[in-house]
Amino acid sequence: MGGLQKKKYESGSATNYISRNKARKKLSLSLADFRRLCILKGIYPHEPKHKKKVNKGSTAQRTFYLLKDIRFLMHEPIVGKFREYKIFVRKLRKAYGKAEWGTAEKLRGNKPGYKLDHIIKERYPTFIDALRDVDDALSMCFLFSTFPRTGKCHVQTIELCRRLSVEWMNYIITLRSLRKVFLSIKGIYYQAEVLGQIITWLVPYQFAHDHPTDVDYRVMATFTELYTTLLGFINFRLYQTLNLVYPPKVTHSQPAVMLHFDLLSEFGFYCSLLSLSKLSALSASLVRVVSTAEAEEAELDHFPAEGEDGEKLAERLKARQDQDRQEKLFEGLKFFLNREVPRESLAFVLRCFGAQVSWDKSLCIGSTYDVTDETITHHVVDRPSLEKQYINRYYVQPQWVYDCVNARMLLPVEDYFVGVTLPPHLSPFVEEKEGDYVPPEKLKLLALQKGERPEEEEDNDDSEEEEDEDQSDDEDELKGMEEKQASSVKVTPGEAKPVNRQRAEQEAKAEEKRLAVMMMKKRDKYLYDKIMFGKKRSVREANKMSAKRKALDEASKANKKKKLKK
Amino acid sequence: FKSTKERKPKKKQNVSADGENQEEKVTSGSDSGLRVSSQVDEYEQDTSDEEDIRNTVGNIPMEWYKDYPHIGYDLDGKKIFKPIRNKDELDEFLDKMENPDYWRTIHDKMTGTDVCLSDEQVDLVHRLQQGKFGDVNFNEYEPAIDFFSNEVMIHPVTNRPADKRSFIPSLIEKEKVGKLVHAIKMGWIKPRRPKETAPQYYDLWAKEDPNAILGRHKMHIPAPKMRLPGHEESYNPPPEYLLTDEERQVWEQQDPDERKLSFLPQKYLSLRAVPAFSRFIQERFERCLDLYLCPRQRKMRVNVNPEDLIPKLPRPRDLQPFPTLQSLVYHGHSSLIRSISISPSGQWLVSGSDDCTVRFWEVCTTRCLKTMEVGGPVKSVAWNPAPSISLVAVSYGENVILVNPGLGDRLICSATDQLISSYEEPEEVKDQQVQWAVPEGKAQEQGQRLILTHPKAVKQVSWHGRGDYLACVMPDDGSSLQVVIHQVSRRRTQNPFHRNKGAVQCVSFHPSRPYFLVATQRYVRVYNLIKQELTKKLMANCKWISSMAVHPGGDNVICGSYDCRLAWFDLDLSTKPYKVLRHHKKALRGVAYHKHYPLFASGSDDGTVIVCHGMVYNVTACFCFSSLALSHISFYSVREWCVSIFSPQLFGLIDVYIANHIYSNLGCIVTITLPTLSSSQVRKASSSFALTLHCPKL
Repeated sequence: MGGLQKKKYESGSATNYISRNKARKKLSLSLADFRRLCILKGIYPHEPKHKKKVNKGSTAQRTFYLLKDIRFLMHEPIVGKFREYKIFVRKLRKAYGKAEWGTAEKLRGNKPGYKLDHIIKERYPTFIDALRDVDDALSMCFLFSTFPRTGKCHVQTIELCRRLSVEWMNYIITLRSLRKVFLSIKGIYYQAEVLGQIITWLVPYQFAHDHPTDVDYRVMATFTELYTTLLGFINFRLYQTLNLVYPPKVTHSQPAVMLHFDLLSEFGFYCSLLSLSKLSALSASLVRVVSTAEAEEAELDHFPAEGEDGEKLAERLKARQDQDRQEKLFEGLKFFLNREVPRESLAFVLRCFGAQVSWDKSLCIGSTYDVTDETITHHVVDRPSLEKQYINRYYVQPQWVYDCVNARMLLPVEDYFVGVTLPPHLSPFVEEKEGDYVPPEKLKLLALQKGERPEEEEDNDDSEEEEDEDQSDDEDELKGMEEKQASSVKVTPGEAKPVNRQRAEQEAKAEEKRLAVMMMKKRDKYLYDKIMFGKKRSVREANKMSAKRKALDEASKANKKKKLKK
Repeated sequence: FKSTKERKPKKKQNVSADGENQEEKVTSGSDSGLRVSSQVDEYEQDTSDEEDIRNTVGNIPMEWYKDYPHIGYDLDGKKIFKPIRNKDELDEFLDKMENPDYWRTIHDKMTGTDVCLSDEQVDLVHRLQQGKFGDVNFNEYEPAIDFFSNEVMIHPVTNRPADKRSFIPSLIEKEKVGKLVHAIKMGWIKPRRPKETAPQYYDLWAKEDPNAILGRHKMHIPAPKMRLPGHEESYNPPPEYLLTDEERQVWEQQDPDERKLSFLPQKYLSLRAVPAFSRFIQERFERCLDLYLCPRQRKMRVNVNPEDLIPKLPRPRDLQPFPTLQSLVYHGHSSLIRSISISPSGQWLVSGSDDCTVRFWEVCTTRCLKTMEVGGPVKSVAWNPAPSISLVAVSYGENVILVNPGLGDRLICSATDQLISSYEEPEEVKDQQVQWAVPEGKAQEQGQRLILTHPKAVKQVSWHGRGDYLACVMPDDGSSLQVVIHQVSRRRTQNPFHRNKGAVQCVSFHPSRPYFLVATQRYVRVYNLIKQELTKKLMANCKWISSMAVHPGGDNVICGSYDCRLAWFDLDLSTKPYKVLRHHKKALRGVAYHKHYPLFASGSDDGTVIVCHGMVYNVTACFCFSSLALSHISFYSVREWCVSIFSPQLFGLIDVYIANHIYSNLGCIVTITLPTLSSSQVRKASSSFALTLHCPKL
């Protein structure tokens, strides 16, 4: 007994957290500066386990930071830079107010700046960590590089974003590590695999943005500041691993072009702009530090990793082979892009899979051959009809390219000819689990990948119906036996009924399960009910989709028949 | 009031209107009547000194001269004497009353004289007080003439020649420039370096040292990646992913936070037709906000196979025997059956119903052997458990009658009659709360032997194992007379409790020990009848106990309650329930134990009877069947080979479910054709029938 009485909220979780306002006061920063600091340092609020305890008994909504995080921020040199900048702004305002232009000029010359290198290193101690977090950085840079040069943010930032994104694309092309592409209504999703990390980014379609008013561009700019630094260092490192020159340069295979470039590079001002535009054309390969004589990669011996048996090794090898085949998907094909297709996206995708690509000279710099080239195999067109057509090439719509990439094989071009109604474009990111709804196009594609010939439509329909039946059977099982009870059944005495043994057994089993469920503990029962509810809902949704599809198919069939009759 | 202020206008006048107006000069001269010497001296006027120097003592506190006859010195060094007589208060007052110029008279401290202000001076004071110019003639609103205007004049405004310094180079500047040149020459001043605008990149991760990984990196919760798009986000999705008109309407009416999809799926015929996504920047911005504003917490996702959650119980088939088939139905009652009871020999069944009849049945043949009409709806019937006595207690209204049904062994019946008739009135007749009466006439012929009239309605009757004592429950909250115990052989009634806590729901005698169990709404109290004390109080953890059953072994008690629970007590272990089962959906009405097998059954308002196989280590629900409106259930557990359960139903039916494998021994035939029965029952019934057909004994 004895001792001091313990006071509430003076130990334990209440002391581990700090509210945002308190943290801000502790750092003596304005809210805007605190926000910037949190963004740059990657400090985020934490949700305490016992909110009421942390909130000292109050249940008011409040965001909490870890006290350790805030202490960590106190040692950040950038905080000092923020203060310097604040002072600078004050001095400048004063100078302008007094119309002391000379002083203002001098002050502006000494504008304090800061670097984020140490923060990047601190947040991502290893390169892989940085790569893991690069998704958002890429999406942001690609978005900012499409912004107009006037208005929303500094021109330098936009140019830097453009440069970094172009460098990234060139790297992906050189590495040939693009895996999936998806044309969505929001933009184009790309997925690449870099050093074993799956990286997905979203690029908006090339249109002018109507800038929304409810967006705080300062927040976006702070993020971009961080992301450009991160992406720059990542690009540098990645280029280094491939023995490429950084900042990248294109190889001048054609002497004429080279001369042209050399002449132009006399004018230093245009030099950087031009090299960037040449780079962004994505049509030429990059200069290597050590010009290796295209050494054939020696076939590597494969050793099973620890705890891996022969089957797994074989699986791994097969996956590797598949990947190699995919990387050489368009090898040997020669593409020409018509002017109405999204040039950059298509050039990027095609070059990633080893195709040669060109476009009209007037469209963009970097075209390598003309429309009239006889060796062109595919001509990508996105208009209902074309006047002049060459016989020895396929005229396909752009979706063909993307679908081929996702299917990892060259799909039949007939479905994608000019003026043909396109088959649906499916998302390559969806991996259907058991019980999920699979659109019939996906099933067809899977069959194609396995090497089966596309079946007749009737067969497909049959298989679908069978599936439906299966699904309905499953559902029945789930619903149990209660449903089967008819409301009024008359049984005359003495009438013998044949006993369906199988059925009886099933029923007995279901009954057994029902009784066991009845005997569950309350906690388990709650969880069980929740899981079963979720399962039933997914089944219901899948059924709804398949029913919808069925109705649509029937309607379209009826339409076709009507047309035929006419 | 004096000096400077008055003098200023005077001077101005001198400057502006000097010699212009002699008359005014005269007036101004009269202004200076402050002076000691009265003569007007023109030369004196021109004195350049601003200060009034009639007294030369300077700016000192005049009280220093308080004690002297003089007040200072004039310009000639002569003393200025104070006036001979100082004015006192009375003088002052008289002066104020009499002198009409008193208001314009002021005291000059420097000279100690009183000065009377002239009209002009008073005017001046007024003007100055109003903030006007002292001079009346001064026009403050004269038109301003711009000398330095935008109009170029042919002549210079000023005739001042240019300075010499505007023609020769500045020496100071020369010196300064020389210093700067020298500093540049010496390398002290360097030209400003151009700012590096382009960021410099290098191999940041050239040296990845493991020490750089801080403790906080292990605490770090990485932000979840963006959700990958599904088929519905495609620019050309399969048609089933597009929303129908109704779905679209629902989507539009929903709150943006509640929507399952944040966008409307769209289909475009070609890539060329796809427009820009209007919310692109917003979505990116929201992602940014999520990254730095959203609180993060690590949450464990439950990844359980639901099958694993189901407890592994022994298969019910291995726990047989237990009743599974409906085999017998007893027709006859025209209203709800409230209670049933089976004779100790197992051959007979008695049932009491709301149609005011008690019926006696033969169990195996479902034949109604006897129907007895009583004076009210029957609440409870109980067969005397002693095999040597053939007595049935029937309660209706406030009465309990003891009936000798006259079934079975005649010797036993006559012995019972004899037992009752052999009663001799004691000499001292005690006044009892319950009247014992012997029925006469028709009732006697029907088999009624004794009628016990209680003060209140009797809900339940319960026999002691020996068959001599009978407990009756008259539920009434707070009353002292809720339970009475009758001794049949001595026709005596006793009220065991002076006071009852709560409303008694049901009572029961312990099968082997001298215990008496009383169930109130929340507790079961166990009393020792010999020591006459409370032994145990079982907490049932439920709101309202409806029924109770004691295991024949005497160690276990189960209680059914109106809040869907069945509490199982082990009397040896604790006063809290060993297990609480919640497998019914509605209130429990009846519970029952089997005599030999570890089975117990519970009947509920949800129309089901659940038979459980209860061992100490686990409880397994064995069998569940549905029936309509249960009121009371009972196990048929007389013969060891026979396991069956009786469940009385609405419309006066009693269903009998028997164990599957002994149907042939029992040799019963189902005879039901009831459209109200549920089909599963019919199916079970018919299948059992189909099986019985194969049975040779039939």
